[in-house]
Amino acid sequence: MTSKHPSSPAIRRRQVLGGAGAFVLAAILPAGRSRGAGMLVEDATAPFAPNAYIRIGSDNVITMILPNIEMGQGIYTSSVMLMAEELGVDPQSVRIEAAPPGGGAEITGGSTSSMTEWMPLRQAGAAARAMLQQAAAARWSCAPDACVAQDGYMTGPAGQRLPYGELAAEAAKLPVPKDVALKTPAQFRLIGRPMHRLDSQVKVDGQATFGIDAQVPGQKVGAVAACPVIGGHVGHVDTQAALKIRGVVTVLQIEDAVCVVADHYWAARKGLAALDVQWVEGPNAAVDTQAIYRQLEGGLSGPAILADHHGDTQQAMTRAHGRYSATYRQPLLAHATMEPINCTIHVRPDGCDIWTGTQVAERARDTTAEVTGLPKDRIKLHSQYIGGGFGRRLEHEYVTQAARFGRQVSYPLKIIWSREEDITRDRFRPAYLDHLEAGLDERGYITGLTHRIVGPAVVARWEPSGLGANGYDDDLSVGTVITPYTYPAYRLEFARREPPGVITAWWRGVGGTRGLFVVEGFIDELAQRAGIDPVAYRREMVRNNPRALAVLERVARESGWGAPLPPNCGRGVALQFAFGSYLATVVEVEMPAPHDIRIRRVTCAVDCGQVINPDQIAAQIEGGLIFGFSAALYNEITLEKGRVQQDNFHTWRVMRMNEAPKRIDVHLIESGESPGGIGETGTAAAAPALANAMAAVQKRRYRYLPLLSPLNQPSGHEKEQQG
Amino acid sequence: MLTLQINGKSVEVDVDPDTPLLWVLRDVLGMTGTKYGCGIAECGVCTVHVDGRPVRSCSLPVGLIGPHKAITTIEGLQADPVAAAVRKAWLDIDVVQCGYCQPGQIMAAIALLKKIPNPTDEQIEAGMSGNLCRCGTYMRIRAAIRNVAAAQGVTP
Repeated sequence: MTSKHPSSPAIRRRQVLGGAGAFVLAAILPAGRSRGAGMLVEDATAPFAPNAYIRIGSDNVITMILPNIEMGQGIYTSSVMLMAEELGVDPQSVRIEAAPPGGGAEITGGSTSSMTEWMPLRQAGAAARAMLQQAAAARWSCAPDACVAQDGYMTGPAGQRLPYGELAAEAAKLPVPKDVALKTPAQFRLIGRPMHRLDSQVKVDGQATFGIDAQVPGQKVGAVAACPVIGGHVGHVDTQAALKIRGVVTVLQIEDAVCVVADHYWAARKGLAALDVQWVEGPNAAVDTQAIYRQLEGGLSGPAILADHHGDTQQAMTRAHGRYSATYRQPLLAHATMEPINCTIHVRPDGCDIWTGTQVAERARDTTAEVTGLPKDRIKLHSQYIGGGFGRRLEHEYVTQAARFGRQVSYPLKIIWSREEDITRDRFRPAYLDHLEAGLDERGYITGLTHRIVGPAVVARWEPSGLGANGYDDDLSVGTVITPYTYPAYRLEFARREPPGVITAWWRGVGGTRGLFVVEGFIDELAQRAGIDPVAYRREMVRNNPRALAVLERVARESGWGAPLPPNCGRGVALQFAFGSYLATVVEVEMPAPHDIRIRRVTCAVDCGQVINPDQIAAQIEGGLIFGFSAALYNEITLEKGRVQQDNFHTWRVMRMNEAPKRIDVHLIESGESPGGIGETGTAAAAPALANAMAAVQKRRYRYLPLLSPLNQPSGHEKEQQG
Repeated sequence: MLTLQINGKSVEVDVDPDTPLLWVLRDVLGMTGTKYGCGIAECGVCTVHVDGRPVRSCSLPVGLIGPHKAITTIEGLQADPVAAAVRKAWLDIDVVQCGYCQPGQIMAAIALLKKIPNPTDEQIEAGMSGNLCRCGTYMRIRAAIRNVAAAQGVTP
């Protein structure tokens, strides 16, 4: 997704300084937790709901309240680095709190966090530091500039030294300065240098609490089953056998789901297995995968939305020396985060607490308010570490579901979706068909490109106001309109088709991953058709784009592009500008047989602008690639009679260590540009670079995902016309 | 009542014998370091040790364990030098991302390194490929295990 979210609100007094006239420490930890590094704290003492980023206690404990949620991408670490850089503290000494809804929490997704927080968090740190300097200056009767802030201490011109905590009360009485000068890159002590993740310790110790680990005194655990067909509902339910299971407390129902509640999850699961439910399957009971693809095929011709265009493509096609077209297809995809969907909720007459992992804290709170009828300010969301986001937790329907069940009981209720429920009831990355046609000059380069996308507009359901006036979802521009290339004439059409029987959603990139696979595959085909080396072909296309050219040249050099390879081996390249970052990727594969593939080596060159934490850029690209390879090689959600046919890791294959690349090298290109996004870039690069490498070995094109699909026949379906 | 030896302590639990060890740990004893991922021994996030061997606790009924087998979880590794070396290696190169699978990865790595202190890459893959990671931290897990082996190699 590319939707722009409101950037952080302007800094107000209390936002920077916490509450109660002093810098207040988040002192109260949930019972039973140690104060391990990376442990999330919660400010239970604040008398109001602050939108604070920084709080400093009189005991010199510094708490940072972070607007974006940690789901593996390392944002807690980089957000703390941004503030700590300006405030002058050791990031490792900082306590971390997830900002509450209405108190600074933002939507975390679309690889936007570093882009949106780059300025506001530094400004927050700088404003707090300026106030501490001013407080110190007043005490020492010197100029604020003469006070130096470093490592949590203020040092005065005469060698005075005080911890920030001792200046906190005085600083809190000062007005918040509006325009504080930020450090220049030359002055950075933290930004741009590798910093160990702040959440590593607590995660290797097994002490990090994810949503599923919530333990609320008196809680019961619910096993949930929703109608296996979307749009269906619960019919007759016989609870007799379920209630006989030892440990089962009750059976709850909502319109489309049942929940067996027990003392522990296993009893709940046994109860659910014993429960006799008749489902009324509704209008989608006959939907199968072919129906979804047939619907998409219908969109390849006929009317479509004109999404973007420049130049005269019709004329370009007519006058072209050659024409070339191809159709690409990609499937529905599940998220299958390692932590299955769960939510713990305690609904009381006067308020409600929620413990869960969510990328949309505010939506989670609001839906609970709606379901329970409680005012929003009586609902407290305790954001937990997320055991994998990938866009899945941009949905909040599981919180709605938990609230619907939870309002029926007086005790705290934890619902856990089994892995089977998690996959079959997922909201899927959509399936798409793309048709491209290029007009080509005598050398085989593009003079005009037309591109039609057939598929749904994810944003239309997720954030209706994000849909363009013409019905276009501009997330689809990533990798298509937003590209390192320029075409003399270009036309992008969108034929919107909303599939029956499934709900479509964000993923680890929708526009970026789907768009790159298609466009970079097609460009590779054009290079092949022209008899030009794929890197050389792209080099010519981006000769006026220095950042794109730099990553391409770098990856060619570092990957040994062009050097001889053993038999059955090949390389593929992909070049991209997506999420504000440039990336070039070379994948080297060995294919002893058409269905036997080993990824020998992956090389990436990345220019993501100003880097905050370089090693975590590499980590995101490594992991993003593997996430993308996994989907590209293996994954496709299929339906039969309205039911999803994949339901656990034996049918939803996830890349394992022995299947992972033997080597991934990430090369960062120094850049002073504003930070670009990184979380989805590796995933977007994976399918096209891999497909192009496989094409190089197998001498056929890979236009269908998953790549190991038998649809990728040696003949392909390309049409060559001489124009 | 069933008696189990967990992290060096004798524990009595009152559950049906078909209850998987995972849910006894998590929901009866409140030890949430061991995770639920699939329930069918496909993903490894629930890995614990039983008499030093890596076991998928989601698929091990407590009734089959008996009172004398030593169960070790991610919470019970304080005095274990191999565990300390593994954790240090994990921290040194920042293996974790979301971290949900990492207790299982770490339990699998410890079991591997105790059995084979200096594993080849093939042995690392054989020992670790039962543990899924959606964040894709495999490159670093492999490197961290090699680093533990290398560090142990220079220590007499």
